[in-house]
Amino acid sequence: MTVSEETLLDELETPAARRMRLIERYGVFAVVVLMMIVLSILEPDIFPTTQNLTNVLRQVAMNALLALGLYIVIMTAGIDLSVGSIMALATMLLAMADTGGLPWPLALFIGPLVGIACGAVNGLGLTVLRLPHPFIMTLGTLYSIRGITNLVSGGRPVSGVSPEVRFLGSGEIPLPFLGEYASFPVSAIVVLVCYGGVAYFINKVPLGRHIVAVGGNPQAARVSGINVDRVLLIVYCLSGFFAGLAALMMAGRTGAGFPNAGIGAELDAIAAVIIGGASFFGGRGTVLGVFAGVLVMGLLRNGLNLMDVSAFWQQTMIGMIVVGAVYVDVLRRRAGAAS
Amino acid sequence: MTGANSPLLEMRGITKRFGAITALDHVDLWLYPGEVLGVVGDNGAGKSTLMKVLSGLYAASVGDIVFDGRPVHLNSPRDAQDIGIEMVYQDLALAGNLPVHENIYLGREPGRQRLGFKIVDRKLSRKMAKEHLDRLHINVKSVDQKVEELSGGQAQAVAIARATAFDARLVIMDEPTAALAIKEVGKVLELIKRLRDHGTSVILISHRMDDVFFVCDRVMALFHGRNFEESEIASTSRNEVIGWIMGTKGHTEALAHDRL
Repeated sequence: MTVSEETLLDELETPAARRMRLIERYGVFAVVVLMMIVLSILEPDIFPTTQNLTNVLRQVAMNALLALGLYIVIMTAGIDLSVGSIMALATMLLAMADTGGLPWPLALFIGPLVGIACGAVNGLGLTVLRLPHPFIMTLGTLYSIRGITNLVSGGRPVSGVSPEVRFLGSGEIPLPFLGEYASFPVSAIVVLVCYGGVAYFINKVPLGRHIVAVGGNPQAARVSGINVDRVLLIVYCLSGFFAGLAALMMAGRTGAGFPNAGIGAELDAIAAVIIGGASFFGGRGTVLGVFAGVLVMGLLRNGLNLMDVSAFWQQTMIGMIVVGAVYVDVLRRRAGAAS
Repeated sequence: MTGANSPLLEMRGITKRFGAITALDHVDLWLYPGEVLGVVGDNGAGKSTLMKVLSGLYAASVGDIVFDGRPVHLNSPRDAQDIGIEMVYQDLALAGNLPVHENIYLGREPGRQRLGFKIVDRKLSRKMAKEHLDRLHINVKSVDQKVEELSGGQAQAVAIARATAFDARLVIMDEPTAALAIKEVGKVLELIKRLRDHGTSVILISHRMDDVFFVCDRVMALFHGRNFEESEIASTSRNEVIGWIMGTKGHTEALAHDRL
């Protein structure tokens, strides 16, 4: 290729490439902003209030944590279908331990620890048993962990979780300068800290970069001296850990462990990650994008609730948004291949 | 260059079995510092298996490896990298979703210690990558460019830069020109010569006689997983080497005719 050809290509490529990069990075935020504007116009008295906006944050906390775990998994081109079940088991064991008299500072650890243990089972199944795809292993644990939740509880809910344990999920920090009843949910702080932490981890810590590399080309990672099995084991443990944190949110909000809690929650989390622009084939996606994906789902539910639209429509629309978000990605890729 | 001092690498009696199949049968290989050795052979002759043993990806069933005068045991690519053996894979083995500089230092990221954790230093990584690419006369638009946006030749150059980023003493290249446009082949071969000039030994696996005769000092042929023949480049010919690949010695122009 001659020099002039190269410069010509550069000039042709740059505007399109820049536009694509902008869409890739900020497209989903445009959707969030657009939704907030539309909802503010449609429901000017309710939607833009502090009370309602913090409510959205309260409602999305659980999905936000599950989605964060799934984001890490999906970055490696994996999938974790078991997070809903892990959350249920963690909530149940947490509720049983807490109501059974375990001191609350210890009880708090039960959620994350159960999550990590379940994640380790997924990770070992994938790396030691060499099951062909994480779909298989985590589909298995989706059933088995739900079954264990029912076995330990006899299929009955356990209520009466102590206020100390509930604090992370239901605590409120008053914001008197924003009105008498205004307050900021502790769960939102937990979520923001986790998102900040994972963003830092993925971008700055060698292990985080290795996760991205494994998602891009596991063979390249392996021959670069990265222990891919170890990376995958850690990734599934992290997914379990965040499901365990989500269990604390769940226990906080409901004050109880329900054996049927979180059925289908894994699908909401996957949807949020995909809407947020992460590639199902691994190696692509940002923490910020996932957060926006979570907000899109939360705002949609909130807005439709405010407008008294049936929950059936919410499901229908979330499905369409998932397909639409991936179709935008397909268009972007096609434009990228053409230029 | 050869014979000037003791070998950098000796592989003795390397045997590798996969179940009932013997891929390598008591293969010997030696290499001097700064030497470029061509390894040739037909498909299935055992070239790639031998190189995977040397790069730590496979463990030999039988045999010894002596590197720089010391016996070594290579149980992982990391073990090989630690003593200065690097491999450039046929399928490149780069992460397309990561930028050039991160690929070069993947698994060995430059970083700072913060609270007992290592934090990747992107600025330093970019700077080191730029300097290293300049040293090898490799041109990329930017070290921040994702590898998937590069041409085949550029990606190959990045793969070679990766292999040489940590003062490698021996770089193994598995068919580095097989997937390249003709224009890019010359650049990669020049790069190999530049490595040799820096004192790095190179093992080149190639089907292309042009490549072998352009850059190699010596050539060895494998046939059905065994040593078949070896020679200084100066004292053999393309036709003879093509004959070795096909398992015949004393090859002539007439016999090679249908292959050329």
